[in-house]
This record gives sequence, C-alpha cells and structure tokens, in this order.
Amino acid sequence: MYPFKYHRPTSVADAVKLFEAGDDSAFLSGGHTLLPALKARLAAPSDMIDLTVLPELKGIEKTEGGILIRGGTVHADVAASRLVRDTIPVLAGLAGSIGDRHVRHRGTIGGSVANNDPAADYPAAVLALNATVITNRRRIAADDYFTGLYETCRQPGEIVVGVEFPMPRSAGYAKFRNLASRYALAAAFVACFKAGVRVAVTGAYSSGVTRVTQFEAALDVDFSAEALHALSVDSEDMLSDAAASSAYRANLVKVLTRRAVARQGGVHIYK
Amino acid sequence: MITVSMTVNGNAVSHDVADEMLLVEYLRETLGLTGTHVGCDTTQCGCCTIHIDGISAKSCTVLAAQAEGREVTTIEGLAKGGELHPMQRAFRECHGLQCGFCTPGQIMAGAELIQTWEGPLDEQQVREEMEGNLCRCTGYHNIVKAILMAVQETRGSIDA
Repeated sequence: MYPFKYHRPTSVADAVKLFEAGDDSAFLSGGHTLLPALKARLAAPSDMIDLTVLPELKGIEKTEGGILIRGGTVHADVAASRLVRDTIPVLAGLAGSIGDRHVRHRGTIGGSVANNDPAADYPAAVLALNATVITNRRRIAADDYFTGLYETCRQPGEIVVGVEFPMPRSAGYAKFRNLASRYALAAAFVACFKAGVRVAVTGAYSSGVTRVTQFEAALDVDFSAEALHALSVDSEDMLSDAAASSAYRANLVKVLTRRAVARQGGVHIYK
Repeated sequence: MITVSMTVNGNAVSHDVADEMLLVEYLRETLGLTGTHVGCDTTQCGCCTIHIDGISAKSCTVLAAQAEGREVTTIEGLAKGGELHPMQRAFRECHGLQCGFCTPGQIMAGAELIQTWEGPLDEQQVREEMEGNLCRCTGYHNIVKAILMAVQETRGSIDA
C-alpha cells in the first residue's frame, strides 16, 4: 500500500473540508473494495477520510412512502432490520446475500452505491426500486445516478449520505453467483409499482447496472414468467470473462428475471 | 504517523503507527500476536478473522487507525485463564483442523457466530454463515461438526 494521511472527520461538512484540502483524497466507507484495491497498489490517494466514524451516517428510518437507509449503514444491519424486513423484505434479503458474514459487518450501502461495481448487489435494488440517492449536495433519481462501470454522476467531494427507497407492491431478486468470487455473475431485481414494473440487472451488462426496458414493457402487460418467453437480451451488451461468456450471461439475464418474477417476495441465490 | 490506542485481549495498548498500517499488521508485527494469520490478503480467506467490539471482521481489511478506542479480541485472547473456549475445545474434539493455518480464523468466526446468532442454528446455516472462511485442506465437515458441538455445549442442545 502506498502511504496516505488518515483523517477522522467530526461531521459530513468536516469530511468535505478535509477532502478538499488533500491533493488526491478518498473517502473510506467500510473499505471492503477500497482497501483491497489499495493493497494491490491500484490507487494511491494522498488523504483518506474515514466516514465510518460519523454517527450521522448510520441508521434506518421510516419515510412517508418507504424507508431511508443512511449511507454508513452496514449490510448486516440492513439484513437484520425489522423495519426493512417489514417494509421491503427483498432488500433485507439482498443485503444478507452480499459477500460473507465478516464483509457484511463492515461494508456499507453508501460505499457500494458510490463505487458502483458492475457486479454489486445494491445498485440493482436502487435502480429497480426507483430509489433516490441522497448526497450532501442534492437528491438524485436512480435513473440519473448510475452512469457506467464504476461511474456515477457524483462530483469529487460528494458523499452518499443516504438512499431513500419507495415501497413497491412486490419485489423479487434472483442471483447466480460466480463460483469463485461469489459476486453476481448475473442478478435480476424485479419490482412492481402502481406506475409499472421495473427490472434492473447487475453483473451481466458491460455498461454496469442496467434496466431491461423490453422486459418491463412485456411485464406491464402480463406480469408472468411466460410473458418473457419470446424475448431476449442482446449478448453484445454483456460482459464476457473466464467465468461466463456473453451469450451465457444473456441467457442468465432472462432466466433470472423470469425466476424473480415467478418468485416475488423473496431472494433466490443460485450457485 | 498516527497514535492508535485500543484494548487488545483485555490489555490497553497504544503505539505510533503508519497511517496506512493494517490492523492485522499491527496485531502481528507491532504486538507480536502472530496467531492471527494472513492467508490471501484480499479479503477472501478469513484466516485473519478477529473480533472488534465482539463483531467479527477480516483484520486485513481494517486500518489499525480504525480500531481506535475499540476492544479487539484475537485467537490469543479467547481462552480464559488457561481454560479453552468452548469453540477451541470443540475443534480439538471433532478434529476440526488439518494443517491448521485457517484454524484461528475459523475459530474466531465460529465463536462470534454462536455468540451473536439469534434463534436456531442448524448445519445449513452454519455452512452459509461460515462462507467467509476458506480451508484449503477442505476439512469443512469437521469444522461444521465442531461448531455445532460448541452450539450444543453453550446452548444446551442443537437447535434444528
């Protein structure tokens, strides 16, 4: 690891001030992606601003139409939350399927959503549930927030302080794990709202988390696994690696979406 | 440099360390507690599992500075006054180790699991929850058996 200066901010405002004072600062919010990357010397920030020390970034609250999860809340707390289980049980189940037990004790929703790993779970939930990403500067609709692999519309010094999820009529999540990394080889989150069905896929698309609009249109007409029978996604849009070809992933996207539709209300992990 | 102060296995410690020092490096190299192993250094194998305020963590993916003010427990702190922890006894009893390299992490993970898990804990759940601890000897059957034995010992019966 290259040397850096570690900072313990006293508030979000103080964190931003410290961030701006550094030459090439980074925020630490759980660190379960950032620290492995630093150990591999893939990055060399000058200053590390530790957001995990801020109580104002922790907690889960009820909102008018759903729930607010603050950015520093760890996956284990989301998975165990009575409020999340009662409001959007699939979201609790998704959080409980991230990484492993020890990772879930440290990794945070804010970190995951800020990093936007193409195989991360939370981005699929944020996009399918039409959530609002709240930063220290603004509120951003999920459709505008994710812009590509590891890319979001966040500006330097912009911190994900929370994510607000509206409560769907029903939702389902189906994930096929990479046998080695345990990340999603492909996973589909399907959510039903009064305004329509939203389908978001993670792990498969080379553009990162993506809505599958042709599936959504078919499911709006007929919400059943059979409604997707004649449809397919383009394998040219898919990632391809040693674990799975793009054609294999394209097939998985359809299979997993069908399963998430057929088994609403639950999280289904295949490995 | 940064000054870090914490409690490790019940003892207050304080040192000036490099800002980027990992907690596992602090435990092993500064404190000489080499029972905590580094297997992969990429947050996958779980050999470096320790407890921070009673919650399991992979100490290769936590900065020493982040443990400021915390209570850290390593494998060296599990036995009390020469008496093995029930999880250590169960691993010995069930032959829950082969080469032994992953064992400190397995025991720390198992101990935290049975300490914090609410409700019944059956074999399937133990296997799921222990997913973050890899054994290259693939001795998983006896590891799971040991954890279930410790569950029985500490809770009186195996819930199923």
